[in-house]
Amino acid sequence: MAKRTIVPIGPYHPLQEEPEFFTLTIEGEKVVDIDVQVGYNHRGIEKISEMKTFDQIPFVVERICGICSTSHPFACVQAIEDINDIEVPERAKYIRTIVGEGERIHSHLLWLGLAGHFLGYNTVYMWAWKLREEILDVMEILYGNRNNYAMFKPGGVRRDIKDEDIPDVLKKINSIIPTLEMLKKAVMDDPVLHARTKGVGILTKEEAINYSALGPTSRASGVTKDVRKDAPYAAYDKVAWDMIVTQNGDVFDKAVVRVLETFESINIMKQCIFNLPEGEVDANIKSISAGEGIGTHEAPRGEVFHYIRSDGTNTPIRHKVRAPTFMNLPTYKATIIGETIADASIILAAIDPCYCCTERMAVRDTKGKKLYGGEELIRLSQEKTEKLRAKYV
Amino acid sequence: MIYIFYLLFFGFLLTAVIGLLASWIDRKVTARVQYRVGPPLLQPLIDIIKLLGKETLVPTGASKTAFLLAPVIGFGSVVVVSTLLWINNINLGQGFMGDIIVALYLLTIPAISVIMGGFASANPFASLGASREMKLVLGYELPFVLAILVPVIKNGYAIKLTDILSFQAQNGVTVANLSGVLALIVALMCTQAKLALVPFDIPEAETEIGGGSIIEYSGAGLAVYRLTKNMLLFTLPFFLMILFMGGLRTDGIHLLNGILKYVGLVALITVIRNTNPRVRIDQAMRFFWGPMTVLAVAAIILAYKGL
Repeated sequence: MAKRTIVPIGPYHPLQEEPEFFTLTIEGEKVVDIDVQVGYNHRGIEKISEMKTFDQIPFVVERICGICSTSHPFACVQAIEDINDIEVPERAKYIRTIVGEGERIHSHLLWLGLAGHFLGYNTVYMWAWKLREEILDVMEILYGNRNNYAMFKPGGVRRDIKDEDIPDVLKKINSIIPTLEMLKKAVMDDPVLHARTKGVGILTKEEAINYSALGPTSRASGVTKDVRKDAPYAAYDKVAWDMIVTQNGDVFDKAVVRVLETFESINIMKQCIFNLPEGEVDANIKSISAGEGIGTHEAPRGEVFHYIRSDGTNTPIRHKVRAPTFMNLPTYKATIIGETIADASIILAAIDPCYCCTERMAVRDTKGKKLYGGEELIRLSQEKTEKLRAKYV
Repeated sequence: MIYIFYLLFFGFLLTAVIGLLASWIDRKVTARVQYRVGPPLLQPLIDIIKLLGKETLVPTGASKTAFLLAPVIGFGSVVVVSTLLWINNINLGQGFMGDIIVALYLLTIPAISVIMGGFASANPFASLGASREMKLVLGYELPFVLAILVPVIKNGYAIKLTDILSFQAQNGVTVANLSGVLALIVALMCTQAKLALVPFDIPEAETEIGGGSIIEYSGAGLAVYRLTKNMLLFTLPFFLMILFMGGLRTDGIHLLNGILKYVGLVALITVIRNTNPRVRIDQAMRFFWGPMTVLAVAAIILAYKGL
């Protein structure tokens, strides 16, 4: 047996923009095992959220992810609305869709740039990010901020889209299409890129289903799974668009899915802007009664899931957040083992990970040893449930 | 005495100045291609001066002598080989029989020094980088030597650089022939790998192994590595110029011609590095031992036939 070496990636590594720790066991250049440790950036968002009013929560969850900052408020307000079955005005639904899709465009472009960077293709990196600037300008025109737009509130949106802004927005969106086409060609027709990404880090359809992979990660493996189609919300059932699905599940297909989805997002965004109905943008909710609700949104990385339980006061008593990376992270076991260390970086990046959004809880002693494993955590959560049941039921 | 002057002035000073300038051109062009502004003219020099002022750390468990000696060995070999090339260009009588072989040997030593430094640093990433560099050297040396045989054959079987230069001055440059073009393409690809630039920056691959062999270097050691790399950006294209394009002549319009040839080669290297992603080490090996070696052998056969 060849000598096994441990190659650590993290907690701080040029490859990753967030703190996380991969222990790759390698033989020569081949990866034989991987261990993922997250939990370097616990922020207690769920607990903070339980101390805020329903009006404040969207601002809190907007801070979960710095890239797809709107996907958490999106799912969160839907969870709050689900408690009371609140009907959101049509115009607000369209505006929500515009926010969500604009964010998908910039998030996918950001990923494309990073993927280029991980492959040493810095020209693609810079071009994709330059292109992303245009879409961030659109965000600034529409919502006043490049990121963290603070557009969502239970029952509607906080700001209306002004009619006089729309020509500028359309001009900017149309201006990125030719460059995006060029970038698409550069990515999809480059023989060296093909050599680096085709057949690398394959996630088969079966594995994608077994691991419950979400978003582009699953769609690249041929799984037709998209909340926007499966359980339409906002205005997604009122516009015409296609779900992008490819079959191979390798890194190349994941890139293709994201690039093509960017075009679909532009398409959805334009349709929503053209068909924007007149009317109110806010349902003016006065109170939230007791009950529980769930909200989902197809974030750029996959389905975001929020669960909120209310006891009739103005704060929730439980708020559960599940970021898409939580489900996509375990697919590393299927994709990385057996590949070379050279491909590890791009495979790790291929799920478009967002570790900090995923992190909820980790308990360690001062030497860094994990104190709670899966079983202890389940036991803890059952005890907590019993306590809650004794208190409220 | 005159040789020490050659060594210090041409081998070190002039090579370093042109190398730093070339690395600025490379960085500036790269930046413009990528919608960035790019560094000011003196940035490569400032980088090196800054590094020289920093603390040099030797990691625990590293072999101290080998670790500190490695950059110096690479640097020394580049200075010597640059001197050799300069002497041949400015003073046609000064070469010696077989100096092309010596140059080939000396041009391999910077890679050896990277391997040495990598293994001496006692870091898994550095060892990975060093083993990749070793594979890469095995890959590109074969087609490189084969490609170098073409100008030797074309220029009357001379293995003396001055003979090759004077032959080209009388009978036209090597690259004017089909075999010369093919050999230059192969040699240029190998140069890209020798310079550790994309698509062959596999041993350093920042996003994969965080700098590879040079990951543990800091301060003066890193400065010497950087300077060596910048100097190689002059020395390697210069070597190709001598073999394929008639070298550099200092009289009148020929000087401009020489500068244009050099800038052209650097521009070509920059373009290759900006339009390609990094390949994997096994793909690089296959590339060098497959298409590149075949191309080099074809060029040799063509050169025999007189094409």
